Amino acid sequence: MISIRGVKHSIQGKPILQDINLDLPRGGVTALIGPNGAGKSTLLSLIARLQPLGTGTIRVDALQIGSCSDAALARVLAIMPQSAQISARLRVGEAVMMGRYPWHRGRPGKRDGEIVEETLRLFSLTSLADRFLDEISGGQRQRAMVAMAYAQETDYLLLDEPLNNLDIAASRHLMRLLRQMADTGRKSIVIVLHDINYAAAFADRVVVMREGRIVADGAPGAVITPALMADVFETDAKVHLVDDRPVVLV
Amino acid sequence: MRLWLGLVGVLLLAVISLFIGVIPLSPRDVFTDPEATRLMLTSRLPRTLAALLAGAALAITGQIMQVLARNRFVEPMTAGAGQSAALGVLLATLLIPGAPVWIKMCLAAATTLAGSVGLLVLIRPLPPTQPLLVPLVALIYGGLIGAAVNFVAYQGDMMQYLQVWLTGELSGVLKGRYELLWIAGVAAAATWFIAGRITLLNLGDDVARSLGINVRNVTAAGLLAVSVVTAMVVVTLGAIPFVGLVVPNLVSRRMGDNLPRTLPFTALIGAGLVLAADICGRTIRAPFEVPVAAVIGVVGAVLFLILLYREPRHG
Repeated sequence: MISIRGVKHSIQGKPILQDINLDLPRGGVTALIGPNGAGKSTLLSLIARLQPLGTGTIRVDALQIGSCSDAALARVLAIMPQSAQISARLRVGEAVMMGRYPWHRGRPGKRDGEIVEETLRLFSLTSLADRFLDEISGGQRQRAMVAMAYAQETDYLLLDEPLNNLDIAASRHLMRLLRQMADTGRKSIVIVLHDINYAAAFADRVVVMREGRIVADGAPGAVITPALMADVFETDAKVHLVDDRPVVLV
Repeated sequence: MRLWLGLVGVLLLAVISLFIGVIPLSPRDVFTDPEATRLMLTSRLPRTLAALLAGAALAITGQIMQVLARNRFVEPMTAGAGQSAALGVLLATLLIPGAPVWIKMCLAAATTLAGSVGLLVLIRPLPPTQPLLVPLVALIYGGLIGAAVNFVAYQGDMMQYLQVWLTGELSGVLKGRYELLWIAGVAAAATWFIAGRITLLNLGDDVARSLGINVRNVTAAGLLAVSVVTAMVVVTLGAIPFVGLVVPNLVSRRMGDNLPRTLPFTALIGAGLVLAADICGRTIRAPFEVPVAAVIGVVGAVLFLILLYREPRHG
């Protein structure tokens, strides 16, 4: 379980997060949604110790963020940072193998090779394995980055706006993969999404943030309402139920 | 396979280098004529080894510096590290003239390290969307330190020594005068153990940290290797530009940036380039010599222009 207690964070005196208390139990897909600047990405990077934590505590299972070692956390939690732009010329297969680093520490074994193969297959990247990351499309690159985080084989997988640059087919493919990982792989997935409809369609739980605070938390059907759209997103949009899932009409 | 081809090529160059020089020498003489054996062991062999060691080490550390700077167009020798090394050895010569050589070495390595750290501090805040700012700033930074070196040398009446450190050449290499380069070679070879982690740094600090890399330690280790190599080369041979720039770019273009896989090639090509340049420098207007730095300057500049103009869209 990821448990967040009393977390505050400010950047250059400007408060970004205030009094965040949140428990994310094992399993399932949790979507973080909210308008731009709500602090979703900051929260994610605090959980993944990419920014130093000021006030409050975050625990991932038994590991305390801030005092546990980077290497120990790397075996429990993987993150795909927002717009992970990679200037290195790496082949797709090599990049996915990088995701195995916490386990092989620089000496990939046979098992690592098998997991990379399997990951490439799962993400439909096998045919691209020998292509350089800067020679494939933005969507394929994005998929490779998620595959890299997946190959890390952690219980927790944090993804910061993984649908950037993806067309509808690729977005659906990726969200279904994540859904499947949560259902059959027992992974706990926390994902920052901009498109509320993807959150509604694929997440078990939606956490809504605004101006550094959590303002709503629960199942998509209960949280995503016209009132929330008006209040949090300042958007006067209808919300319909389709197959018991809310759909925001834009 | 390709590695073997490269190895054979470099060995061939080495054999050529052993038998080129003012005094004609045939392979048979080496074993029959004691004078020829002496020439081989005190001059030709050290010179060839020096070129190989310096070339390989400069190419490897150039690659590492480019990862640490997150920019492909930075090269330690011209970006402040080379000038800092000259400053260090100059100050050592001026301030503690009686000190043993190894102390001067350490001082040169220390100023080089300070110079490299300074560069990284300077270029970190630059926006990644403007990749050409980094080499520009690096060039100005190197120029500034170079100016300081000139000032100190002028004040200390050491201008003639300065040329020795600022223009790399191998004509002075003799047995007993190049052995420091083995330290450079060892430092460069040691980076192979952190090559995987350095590759991960290339994915960005966030990704590297999330994979459990200690970014600070790996950066420090890389900088140390860069500094030791630069300092040793500047002190023994003088500055040799472009090797650390052109070779890593060539290798990256063909084989990518997975350093554990590519560093052996980088080393081989760097060694071959410097040795070939020295062979050219020795033959172009024999019996006189053109400094290896001058030959590399010309060849490297042309190679680099070709690289720049063939830059693919996403490079």
